[in-house]
Amino acid sequence: MLDMLKSVFSNLSKKPVTRMYPFEERKPFDINRGHLENNIDECIFCGMCQRVCPSNCIKVDRKSSVWEYDPFECVLCGVCVEKCPKKCLKLDVHYRSCTDKKYNIHLEKHDDSEKAGA
Amino acid sequence: MSDKSTIPFGPQHPVLPEPIHLKLVVEDEKVVEAYPAFGFVHRGLETLAQKKDFNQMVYVVERVCGICSCMHGQDYCEAIEELMGIEVPVRAEYLRTIWAELHRIHSHLLWLGLFADAFGFENLFMQTWKIREKIMDILEATSGNRVIISVNIVGGVRKDINSEQAKWILKELDEVERQLKDINDVVMNNYTVKQRTVGIGVLTKEEAYELGATGPMAKGSGVDLDLRTTGYAAYKYLDFEPIVEKAGDSYARNLVRMREIFQSIDLIRQALGKMPEGEISVPVKGNPPAGEVISRLEQSRGEVVYYIKSNGTKFLDRLRIRTPTFANIPALLKILPGSHLQDVPVLILTIDPCISCTER
Repeated sequence: MLDMLKSVFSNLSKKPVTRMYPFEERKPFDINRGHLENNIDECIFCGMCQRVCPSNCIKVDRKSSVWEYDPFECVLCGVCVEKCPKKCLKLDVHYRSCTDKKYNIHLEKHDDSEKAGA
Repeated sequence: MSDKSTIPFGPQHPVLPEPIHLKLVVEDEKVVEAYPAFGFVHRGLETLAQKKDFNQMVYVVERVCGICSCMHGQDYCEAIEELMGIEVPVRAEYLRTIWAELHRIHSHLLWLGLFADAFGFENLFMQTWKIREKIMDILEATSGNRVIISVNIVGGVRKDINSEQAKWILKELDEVERQLKDINDVVMNNYTVKQRTVGIGVLTKEEAYELGATGPMAKGSGVDLDLRTTGYAAYKYLDFEPIVEKAGDSYARNLVRMREIFQSIDLIRQALGKMPEGEISVPVKGNPPAGEVISRLEQSRGEVVYYIKSNGTKFLDRLRIRTPTFANIPALLKILPGSHLQDVPVLILTIDPCISCTER
C-alpha cells in the first residue's frame, strides 16, 4: 500500500503525462506515415503504385496523364513510396485533417514536353 | 417453476469493447451454463486472399488484429517464405523478433489496463497505459506507425533500426522496466486484486491440455507450451525459458503475463546486443509454387496458426487463420460454470479475448 503512496506523491510533483491537444501538439517522428503526396511534375504514370497498393486506392491513367488517389481508402503502408521508380511519391509526417466529406485527389499533368519533343 | 434464469452478456458490455455474446444460465447468482455466440465483426479477410496477390495480403492479415498485428504479418510471411524456399537475412530475423516482442509488451500492458478496469481499478488502468505509451513511441519511431506497423514483407523487413535508435530503445526500456517494477509490486500484492483473482476460474493442467488452451491460459495452468522454443525467427539465437505457473487460477494467468513483459524486455535487450550487420531483405521473384504450408508462432495471447494453400499463381487458393482467442474459448467455457456472476467479466478478461482476431 505504501508503495503506491510513493508514486502518488511523485505524480503530484510531476507535470501531466497528457497534452492539452489541440493547443499543444506532439511533434511527429521523422518517419511517421502521415499522408501521401505526389509530385506530379516528376510522375511518369508507370502505374507501379497502383499495382502494389494493397487497398487499391490509387488509379493511374497513362493515356490522359491522370493520377487519382482516394485518401480514405489508403492504409498508409507506404509500399507505393518504396516501389516508385521516380521517387516522386512521398509520405509526409503530418496527418490529413478531419473532414465530414469524402474526396478524391485528382492530379493531372499538363506539360508541353511532348510537343517540344515532337 | 425453475429458479434458473438466463442473462445475456454482450455483445455490447461495459468491460469489453469487443462484441462477444455469452448466454449465461444462472442459478442464485451462480453461473451453471454458458453458451457463446460469435459473428458480430466477421470481415471475411480470409476470402480476400483469393482477390489480392500474395504480397498485398501481408497488409491485409496485419489487420486481423490491431494489437498483435506485426506477428500476424510475420507468421504469414514466414509461411510464404517456407513455401517459396526463401532464406531471410539474419538481421531481418532479429528485427522481426524485436518488433514482435515490443508488440507482446504493449499487448500485455493494454490487457493489464483493461483487466484493472474490469474490476474498477481505474488508477492502474491509467498507469499501465501511461507506460504503454513509451512502447508505442518506440514502434512509431522505428516503423512510422503506432499500431499497424507494416514492417514485414515476404523476404525480410522494410525498416531498419540503427545504432542510435537501438541506444534510445534500450534507454526507454530501462525506464519502462523501472516503472513496471513499481506497479508489479503493488498489483501483485494488492488485497483487492488477490480477492478477485486467487482461486477463481481454476483450469487444471489436464483440462488446459485437453481443451487446447494456448498462451498464458495454458502457461498459467502449468502446460509448458511456448512456440518461441521451437526457434522461429531469432529466438533460436536467444536465451530464454518459457514462463509457467502451476496454480491455474486467474492470478496465475496475471502472473504469467506480468513476468512475460519482463522476459520480453530481456529478449529485446539480448536481440539488440546480438543483432548482426547486413541486409534486411532479399528480393523475391515469381509466385509461390503450388503446395500447402502450415506456420505457427507465439503471439501475446498464444499460438496462431496460418494454413496456406497455393496454386502456383499470385493468388492463394486458401488462407486459414486460427487465432489464440479462438483456441481459448473452450477453456473459457470450462471455467465459467460454477463461478459467481460478478466474476464473469474478470474471467472473460483473463483469457485476454481478441474478438476481432477470432472472427477475422
